[in-house]
Amino acid sequence: MNPDANVVDTVIDAVSAVFMIVGAVMSLAAAIGLLRFPDLMSRMHAATKPQVLGLFLLLAAVGLQLRTWWVWPVLLLAWIFQLLTVPVSAHMVGRAGYRTKHLHRELLSTDELEAVVLKAAEAAKAPASDGGRSPAAE
Amino acid sequence: MSRKRISLRQELPLLVWLVIVWGALWQDFSPGNLLFGALLAAVVARLFYLPPVELSGRFSVLRAIPFAVQFLGRVVAASFQVFYLAVVRGPKVTNAVVAVPLRSHSDLMVTATGHVISLIPGSLVVEVDRSTSTLYIHGLNVRNADDVLKLRKEVRDTEAGLIRVMGTKEELAALNLEVGA
Repeated sequence: MNPDANVVDTVIDAVSAVFMIVGAVMSLAAAIGLLRFPDLMSRMHAATKPQVLGLFLLLAAVGLQLRTWWVWPVLLLAWIFQLLTVPVSAHMVGRAGYRTKHLHRELLSTDELEAVVLKAAEAAKAPASDGGRSPAAE
Repeated sequence: MSRKRISLRQELPLLVWLVIVWGALWQDFSPGNLLFGALLAAVVARLFYLPPVELSGRFSVLRAIPFAVQFLGRVVAASFQVFYLAVVRGPKVTNAVVAVPLRSHSDLMVTATGHVISLIPGSLVVEVDRSTSTLYIHGLNVRNADDVLKLRKEVRDTEAGLIRVMGTKEELAALNLEVGA
């Protein structure tokens, strides 16, 4: 075994160790955020986002450790699908949460959607009063 | 069943993507495997018909690479920021829902901007108004009007970056005019 390969090995091991630890810390960040944040919307930030980076780092560590370039396309694919699906799920939960009022208004400094929702509700009520369907009917 | 005919040119990006996925999943990019993948991709695209995504026909790799690097950098920075907020602020964090009108009215561009901005921790798309192409964004730790302006600028800048990467020629010309003015 020549010493050069040894040095490269050590560097790769060190880099993947750092990636794995930081990736795990990102999962920890998500857990702490879920516990600490006050309402559904801010929890969605913690639940969906740090893990995008966390997964990226963990997959990169796996790729570095396996040492065959054939795994890289699969790992990249896994990450791309994560990138495509995370915003959609976050948006759907956030949207449902806003509509069912699972949020603390007193914690919002501005809410530029509220006026729009109220206006839409008024417009929906005016021609045919389908009470109960409009989201802001109170 | 009436469906809009899709030209091969319009369908090609989807087929190429499906073949790449096939090859990646088998971890085998030999010609035989790719050929079989292409066959399957064609069958799948015929059987499970989807309306074609209208691409702009322009893609600048030169702009895409710095955009991707910048995106990754912002994801890293924002992840640590959310971590910090979770530990230090926790229940006392102040948020806001901000309306951001976008320049582009193409569905693809609005979707791409929403995706990118949702992937950066600290902002989340709550609602989309397609008719005016306005995104309603929930921002973490937005305490005052200055923060609102900052968030709005960030979203608009993201859209500008995406237009430079893959917007239509008209959108790019409008953007250049705006920046130049």
